[in-house]
Amino acid sequence: MATYQLNVNGQRREVNVDPSTPLLWVLREDLKMTGTKFGCGISACGACTIHVGGIATRSCIVPISHIGDRPIVTIEGIAQDSVGQAVQNAWVERDVVQCGYCQSGQIMSAVALLQSTTKPTDQNIEESMGGNLCRCGTYPRIREAIKTAAMQLAKGGE
Amino acid sequence: MRTPQFVLSLLFVVAGALWLRSSAGAEIPATPTTAQGLAAWEQVYSVLTSPRCINCHTATNYPQQGDDRHRHVANVVRGPEGKGVPGLNCAGCHQETNADSTGVPGGHNWHLAPLSMRWQDINDRALSSSAVCRAVTDRSKNNNLDGPGLLKHHEEEPLVKWAWNPGHRPDGSMRTPPPMTHEEFVAATRRWVDAGTPCPTR
Repeated sequence: MATYQLNVNGQRREVNVDPSTPLLWVLREDLKMTGTKFGCGISACGACTIHVGGIATRSCIVPISHIGDRPIVTIEGIAQDSVGQAVQNAWVERDVVQCGYCQSGQIMSAVALLQSTTKPTDQNIEESMGGNLCRCGTYPRIREAIKTAAMQLAKGGE
Repeated sequence: MRTPQFVLSLLFVVAGALWLRSSAGAEIPATPTTAQGLAAWEQVYSVLTSPRCINCHTATNYPQQGDDRHRHVANVVRGPEGKGVPGLNCAGCHQETNADSTGVPGGHNWHLAPLSMRWQDINDRALSSSAVCRAVTDRSKNNNLDGPGLLKHHEEEPLVKWAWNPGHRPDGSMRTPPPMTHEEFVAATRRWVDAGTPCPTR
């Protein structure tokens, strides 16, 4: 076991866990932040996506010992960011969610895309969201919502 | 009769000549022949086309993984700089070091080699020894590396060295390293470079 000081959604959190523990389980089990979901456990579905140091990261396969002092942002904190707020608003406006299980990961990947690409093309969306699976098949609405968020951000979030 | 001084001088001259010859031999090894250089290149080629190396020297829009060199999971794509795309960057899974508890390999600046350094065709078949050699030695394709630069790349580049410390697979078994040690690989590269980086003609 080892003690780690984490910066999660702007707050300092301390955990005492085995160094090999994937970050996902530290968030869900130790910090009780269950918005981030377990899907496949091998980084193939994207349900566990969070941001580490500003990079969309698959938390199910990154051990806590690899995080260091990089800030962590989860679905619980993404609305603190203007892009995150716009994406969540667009998700509601476009009624994207069906069962919802994959959607926190979808939103985290969409935010990462829009943080670096203000006017994403269909190809940008397909490539950046290609690692996030949705068994309900909400892909068309996800695409629409990303474009809606991009337009809202271009207008200054009005 | 020869004088003792003459015999002593002769002994010094012979001993000096022998010493010079032996020391010269130790400090200045003979330049490898072209044939020796080509043989060394084939050793280098066997490493470059091993899965740990060639999986990230693809001709396609995606990397490969595994000893069977299958397409990388999660629809990972190359991206403009060979580091994936926003939302699906290499660094979103591959950290600075191997993550043996989860079986994900890692190393500094994890990325795909540029398309100019592709060592396979678009059907994922390894290019010939001659074609790979021409690409590796073409300074318009290889980041302007000359022979010593190539040797340094093979000797020091973290992602090259990672191939000999590839970590565990998710099932806990060790990944297969290249077919020779890193020291042997560097020695083969040195012989090839010393021979003038000759390439097979076909």
